[in-house]
Amino acid sequence: MNKRTWLSFPYVLWIIGFTVIPLIVIFRYAFTTGDGGFTLENILTIFDPIHFKALVFSLEIAVGCTLICIILSYPLVLAMRRLKMGKSGVALFIIILPMWMNSILRIMAWQMILSPNGILNLILEKLGMKPLSIANTATAIMIGVVYDYLPYMILPVYNAVAEINEDIIEAAKDLGAGSITTFFKVILPLSMPGLLSGIVMVFVPSMTSFVVSDVLGGGKLQLVGNIIEQEFTKSANWNLGSGLSVFLMVFVMISMAFTLKNDVDGKESTVW
Amino acid sequence: MNDVILQLDSISKSFDGKMVIDNLDLEIKRNEFVTLLGPSGCGKSTTLRIIGGFAKPDTGRVLFNGKDITNLSPDKRNINTVFQKYSLFPHMTVEENIAFGLKLKHKSAQYIKDKIAYALKLVNMDHYGKRRPESLSGGQQQRVAIARAIVNEPDILLLDEPLGALDLKLRHSMQRELIKIKQEVGITFVYVTHDQEEALTMSDRIVVMNKGIIQQMGTSKSIYDEPQNAFVADFIGDSNIIDGVMVMDRLVEIQGTRIPCVDEGFGTNELVDVVIRPEDLKIVDAEKGYLKGMVVSIIFKGAYYEIKVRVQDYEWSIQSVNPATIGATVGLTILPENIQIMHKPLSVDAEVVKEDE
Ligand SMILES: Nc1ncnc2c1ncn2[C@@H]1O[C@H](COP(=O)(O)OP(=O)(O)O)[C@@H](O)[C@H]1O
Ligand SMILES: [Mg+2]
Repeated sequence: MNKRTWLSFPYVLWIIGFTVIPLIVIFRYAFTTGDGGFTLENILTIFDPIHFKALVFSLEIAVGCTLICIILSYPLVLAMRRLKMGKSGVALFIIILPMWMNSILRIMAWQMILSPNGILNLILEKLGMKPLSIANTATAIMIGVVYDYLPYMILPVYNAVAEINEDIIEAAKDLGAGSITTFFKVILPLSMPGLLSGIVMVFVPSMTSFVVSDVLGGGKLQLVGNIIEQEFTKSANWNLGSGLSVFLMVFVMISMAFTLKNDVDGKESTVW
Repeated sequence: MNDVILQLDSISKSFDGKMVIDNLDLEIKRNEFVTLLGPSGCGKSTTLRIIGGFAKPDTGRVLFNGKDITNLSPDKRNINTVFQKYSLFPHMTVEENIAFGLKLKHKSAQYIKDKIAYALKLVNMDHYGKRRPESLSGGQQQRVAIARAIVNEPDILLLDEPLGALDLKLRHSMQRELIKIKQEVGITFVYVTHDQEEALTMSDRIVVMNKGIIQQMGTSKSIYDEPQNAFVADFIGDSNIIDGVMVMDRLVEIQGTRIPCVDEGFGTNELVDVVIRPEDLKIVDAEKGYLKGMVVSIIFKGAYYEIKVRVQDYEWSIQSVNPATIGATVGLTILPENIQIMHKPLSVDAEVVKEDE
């Protein structure tokens, strides 16, 4: 063995200790019954109506959250692109700032804002408008995940968009493209790598999240993450919890592989 | 009036309070090859961007065929640009790049196909249609950029130092090709460069700029032979520029020696700038020249020797086919018609290059 191989040793240990072994343990739980016999039961309980409903709801939240993050990111990022060097750094810093605050704290803050006697309704009342009952609804959960994960979309998209040479954008305008055409034919395709990592970084955690729905869904609306959490804590059924986890993991992996593959295909076809 | 395609009317532009273009007037004629020439930072690109619609002048108007287009956005002007570099769409093939403008104009598939074939042939890139920009050399990318602009049949093609990123040899061959392309397509070219040789070989007309001010306009020959001020003389070629006194009509005093020239109409004993090109000075025996000095250096340049002769505190630059001996005392002569007498500049702007040196 040469020196380089030795240098990698701690990392290999780390990966084995904290990734490979836990995965093996989870898979073992997932494919066995309480007394150790092989079963597919734990995986297939995803088709149980309650579980399946949670899966569909998770998917709705994840897809919706990803789309909203994309739609919010681009106008912001394009505006930041126009700022001078120093100012765009400040803007980026302000956007990242909430990421350094404890996640649960951020979600609790939203609970305070959205609750029936919360800040939002206080403001609406002052403005003479009817109060809204957003707390404990899907909307509340959506607001929570979007707020939580938006920076993870903005950062990679910003990096990709900032990298596009100004000459290329001016060339599009020069050849007769208006702002919208320039966006769809040039900026969007050229920022695709950033957009894709943004999608992965937003879709995966929002699909598997459980804290947000716990706090903002009032325990009534369940994501798959909530069900898995309950199997591990309240029900103490580690086999079922692991089975659902494995299903969710494979599901997320397949959907992401699909997204990324589509891009590779997209590169070969024409952009028109 | 009819043959003026573009007119810049008292254009001024400043960035962060710094004047970049100062009350500039320029008329460009249909089918002309005009070059904006000047040192880096003198406002050439800004002028071009104002023509293209990428920058708005603070004051003044841009007239296209007599119509005011000052506030028209770039996509609405029938003017295309070849940028300095890296302006091809990296996510599209060469063909898709060229088709970009035509598709936006909803041209038929057949028309686009024919145009691509024609343009690729014009720029000598026949078989590169399916390639991606990153697989092309710098020179090839610029050819594609030219093709992409030309297929749109613009009234004016703007080129901002399009050859600036290429090596010298390639630049020379691309210069010839650009002239050929210009003749073939019959489009008005507005070309920007800081390379005086490039400007002299390619242009119908040269606009020499410095500090946002036009210093001189004219054909290559008139700019080269009759620079109107010391800045232009210094920027075009490596002239000797020295202070002189106009003793009377057709007699100038340089370094204490009176030398016949052909210029008239200056004031008696007026202080002037005297410009003499290196190839116009002759080295002769010490006692037979107007000026007497010592050879301080000699460099063989291939076709000629570049010789420096120190006379008092000035080093004259001389191009000669005959060598000289370093340390030898020699004389310098010059024919009267090869002496350029110029008024001292009234504005500080014309002095900029001298100060920078
Ligand atoms: N967008 C801009 N913002 C601030 N200053 C600029 C901008 N564009 C050009 N300048 C300044 O204007 C001057 C002229 O620039 P430019 O027209 O690009 O010169 P050239 O093309 O002759 O080298 C330079 O000093 C440059 O720094
Ligand atoms: Mg420039």
